[in-house]
This record gives sequence, C-alpha cells and structure tokens, in this order.
Amino acid sequence: MSLLDFARGPALQWSLGIFVVGVLWRLLGVLLLRTRKDLSEPRRDAAWKGLRLIALRSWPRKEFLGGTAFGEVLGYAFHIGFLLALFFYVPHVLFFADIARGLFGTDLHGLTGLNWPTLPNGVVTLLSAISIAALVAVLIHRIVSPVKRLISNFDDYFSWLVTIAPLATGMAAFAHLGGWPYERLLAVHLLSAELLLVWFPFGKLMHAFTIFVERGSTGMLFERKGASL
Amino acid sequence: MTGTTPTPREPDPLEFDQPRVSIRKPEHRFDSQGETPDASRVERAMNSFVRDFGRTAAVYMESCIHCGMCAEACHFYEVTQDPKYTPIWKLEPFKQAYKREYGPFAFVYRALNLKPKVTVDELQQWQHLLYDSCTVCGRCSLMCPMGIDIASLVSQARHGMFKAGLVPHELAAVTERARREGSPLGATPKVFADRCEWLSDEHEVEITIDKPRAEVLCAMSSIEIMKYPESVVATARIMRHVGADWTFRLDGYEATNFGLLTGDAAAQKELTLKIIHAAVACGASVVVLPECGHAYTALRWMGANMYGKPLPFKVMHIAEFLAEQVRAGKLRLRKLGKSATFHDPCQLVRRGGAIEAPREVLQALGVELREMYPTKGANWCCGGGGGVVAIHRADELRHKVFKIKMEQIEQTGAELPVTSCANCRQTFDDGQAHFKWDKTMHSLLELVADNLVEAEP
Repeated sequence: MSLLDFARGPALQWSLGIFVVGVLWRLLGVLLLRTRKDLSEPRRDAAWKGLRLIALRSWPRKEFLGGTAFGEVLGYAFHIGFLLALFFYVPHVLFFADIARGLFGTDLHGLTGLNWPTLPNGVVTLLSAISIAALVAVLIHRIVSPVKRLISNFDDYFSWLVTIAPLATGMAAFAHLGGWPYERLLAVHLLSAELLLVWFPFGKLMHAFTIFVERGSTGMLFERKGASL
Repeated sequence: MTGTTPTPREPDPLEFDQPRVSIRKPEHRFDSQGETPDASRVERAMNSFVRDFGRTAAVYMESCIHCGMCAEACHFYEVTQDPKYTPIWKLEPFKQAYKREYGPFAFVYRALNLKPKVTVDELQQWQHLLYDSCTVCGRCSLMCPMGIDIASLVSQARHGMFKAGLVPHELAAVTERARREGSPLGATPKVFADRCEWLSDEHEVEITIDKPRAEVLCAMSSIEIMKYPESVVATARIMRHVGADWTFRLDGYEATNFGLLTGDAAAQKELTLKIIHAAVACGASVVVLPECGHAYTALRWMGANMYGKPLPFKVMHIAEFLAEQVRAGKLRLRKLGKSATFHDPCQLVRRGGAIEAPREVLQALGVELREMYPTKGANWCCGGGGGVVAIHRADELRHKVFKIKMEQIEQTGAELPVTSCANCRQTFDDGQAHFKWDKTMHSLLELVADNLVEAEP
C-alpha cells in the first residue's frame, strides 16, 4: 500500500471515525448533564432573546476594544482564510464529493441541495497565505504576551500545529515544493488534515461546536435577569 | 468583638466602625480553617466543586481557548498588568481537576496522567486569586468571546475552597459569626432593635418592627446598621412618605449574606431562608432589599432556588422600589439642581439587571446625570465587592484598583458621586480616606430621604 493509498484509505476512515465519535462523546458528555430549573422570577420572560449573544459576542463591546482588537483581527484572519480554503477550493470540493458518494451514495448536490460554489485557485492561495501569516502572528503573540504565555498549555501549541499543518502542506502540494513527487506531497497533506481530525475532539478545537452552546446558554441566563450582555 | 483573636499586626477583621488602616507590607499568608489533612482538603475542594456541576458550568469548563482577553476586563489585571490576575487563570486548578476528574475524557487524562492532581499548595496559592483579587464583578464574563460566565465559576470554586477550609480568615470569621449571631458585624436582633429605638427617638421617625402582618418587609445590610444607620432612618421615612404598610422583622432583617461571598452554601441558604420565612410569616407581598449588591443576588436571583420553590412574594432592591414609587407618582422630591454620576454596583446592575432604576430615581431628584465611561453594565467595579473589602491583606491591591474609580469620577466633573450599595460606599469611604480624596460617595436611598417633600397637613 502506498502512502497515498494509506492516507486515502484506512487513515481517512479512522480519523473520520475518531472525529465523529469523539465529538459526539464530548458534546453529549456535557449536554446530557442535568440542569436545575431556575425558580427565580424572571425579569424578562423571553429568555430565548438572549440567544442574540451568539452573534453579539462575535465582536467585543467598544469598552473592551482597545486591548483586544489585535487578537480579534488575527483570529478572524486565520479562521476565515482556513474555512474558505477548506470548503471552496476546487480539489477539496471534489474530494468531499467523493467522500459523500462513498458514504451516502450521492454527491454534494444530492446531499445538500446546493450547487457548491468554488473559489479560483489564486484566491485560495492568497487566503491560505493570509491564514498562515495570521497563525504565525498568533503563535508569536501567544509566546510574547505574558498573559497568553502563562495560561497556555500543550493543547494550545499542539492545536496550533495541527491547524497550520494542513495549510502549510496544502500550499506545498499546490506549489510542488521540496522536489518531492506530487503523490507524496498530497499524502502528507491528507495525513496532516487527518491529524487535525483526530485531535479535534480532544483539545480546544472543540470550541467550533461549544461556542454556540456557551454563548447561547449565557445569553439566555443573562437575558432572563435583564443583566448586561 | 468576639469570634476571632486579632493578631497585633492586624486590625480586627470584624472591626468596621474604625477607620481601616492598610498594612504596608502584609505578611504573605494563606488562611486555613480546621485540622483537615492536606490530601482531604484537596479532595473536599474538588468534590464540592464538581458536585453541583450542571450542564452550563461543564460547557464553560470545556471551551476556554486561552485567548487571554478576559484579562483586559479585570481591574486587578488592569492596574498591575500581572498575568496571574487573568480571570480564567484564577480557575486553573479547578479547570485541571475538572479535566482530570469529571470531563467526558477524564478517563483518558487519568489513565495517561495528562493532568496532574491538584495539590494543597496550589489551592493555597489560589486563595489570593479566588478571594483577594476577585470581586466576582463579572466584567470578564462580559468580555469572554466564548461566552463563558467566568464569575459564576469563581463562585463555584469558592464553594470548593470553603469545603477545603481554605478561605481568607476574615470571611470565614464573619460567616461563622453571621450564623452564630444572626449578623456578620454584630447587628444581632437585640442590637438592631436598640438601634432602631435610638434612631427613632433621635430622628423623630417611626420605625416599625415586628408588625404581625405587613405588605412590605424591609431588610437592611449589616454595614448600614452598624456604619450607616441613617439608611435605616431613610428607609423608614420613605416607607412612611409613600404610605406603605411595612415592617422590619427581628427574625429576618439582615440581608447581608457572607455565605455567598465565602462559598459556604449551607450558611448562604440558612441566611436566605431567614428572610424568606420572615416574609411568609407576615404575609408580605414585597421584600425590599437594602442598598447591597450581593444581598440582591442572594435573594432576588438565588433565593427561590434555595427555598426550593418560587417565592410567594416579589423581591426588589430599594432602588427598584424607589423607581416604582417615582413612576406611580408617590414620591414627591425636591429638585437638587446639581450634577451627579452613578457608580453601578456590579451585582445590582451588570449581573442583576436593575440598570435603569437608579437612574430614574436620580432623574426624579432633578440632577444632571453625567455618566462615567465606561458605564452601566461595563462600568468598573469599586474593587471592594465579593468580600474583598473585608480582607485586610488585600487592602494595598484594592487601593490600586480604586484609582480607576477616582479617575472615572473625576473625569465626569460631577458634583455628587452616588451609588446604591453600602459595600461600594464603604469601599469608597475607605478609598477616600486613604487617598485623602475630596469626593464623598452618596447613598441614593439617603439622598432621596433627605429630599422628600412632605404634603401639607
């Protein structure tokens, strides 16, 4: 079995399996915990309106902007770059379509009802480069900032590594860097993405799911009291 | 004073009547209560921390991304720039214990020993972070991009610290005294009754005590009873002015709840139930809470949960009560014609939701309201909440934090700084004395009482 066959075959199946089971385990592990009914008289009945915090907290209140804008902008830069490159790069879309056919017997259009749009390669390259640059800046900030350095642990650095790795290997494969055969570059790229999938449920990457639950819960709790959001 | 033996270097923790004196070089110390062995202390702390772990708290523990932005919201970090005051760092041992003992992947963490066991040394060090340098003001909760309510986790960690017997001496002492005597600062029922009698004579106002049936039950905070007794008079005057059918009750007059601040859940419940039972006994439809932020949290937002069923009465902070009377046209006030700025008590405003009520009352007093920046929910804490003002070794740090407030108030140029929390007021009085500042914090309640326009007979 070649490295590419391994990356496309068992490694992909196992990493997807670990990702799905791990994410469900961790999410259900907390979501199935009991909550106690709050018996206090609400100030506002429509607590669900607090769900607006999910959108609201996407940018800091103006009072906090001074010290946090730098981190926020970097965060947005690498998140947006990463997600656009992941979901709208032509070879990625073809690859996902392949997986969808394998798993569900239908392509992306059949699965989602969408005509999946794609981005030109040049745009994806630029986005990936921005994302990598932002991630490097994020790492430097983590090391240089006394606050971030103190509160950081293995998870922070390893999650950073598994996030930048697919971007870097993807760029390398696209540019045929290093004089390696394309198949090997592609295999390494796939394996790096699979590493991300495997690590995903165990570390901080899980915030991709929990952020909505957290913001939503806090929003509803606070809205009920009329407290500041 | 009973309850504790003051060491020669420190003023008595319970002595609030005397001017507070800062200790220049406080001894580095950790307090502990009881004779529990170290290992059991840690176990008790963690068991208690995770015991009441519901879904929301667990989700909070799962998803801090260590962005460090909460530091920007914390006044203790703001004035020191010391990373250890980063709010989420104040929970580090508890985060560690959660992952190791309780989270969905706890078995992995334990099996591979990925998160070491928390030690009693760590907990002792964290005492400073969880008590001396956190007012549970919740400003960090407003900043967290993940939406984690960090302040609620600090309260939960304090439960663990209490169970481990690792609470600052002053808080442990006052909580114990509150349970024993009915008041943390010596305002026993007898003292309260005597004070009311004396105040009634002195100020020629009727102070109703132990009326068998009453529509409104009023409660006071011990700081008011002992340090600002004019607030008791002000409450009585206002109740009479609006024609309320009201009373104090000697079985439930004390709204201060040090159980909440210390992390002593049983004491908190006991103190809360006293007021609830008193209100039920006199058939009150409204309980009016004093100018005290955490008393509001304790009864307004946590009372029913302690009682185990919805409260059969409405709970209002005095500022909310006053605003309601203004709206009903029952409060006739002299216009002050001065400028004022309002210091938002965190538990009342940011976390309690009574944001506009105090401002409505100020409006009715005819003041020109000059808001601080930031204000309302994002306002800076006075630095004395969450029990911090009672912890002597925290004085130096608290005074640093207080400078933020002084600057904020100076910038407004307002003549009258006003607040609606006796604990904030006490912190301001202490800060004023320490910095020889020329601004005195005013109580909204007393300002209203001093400017009532009585109807012609």
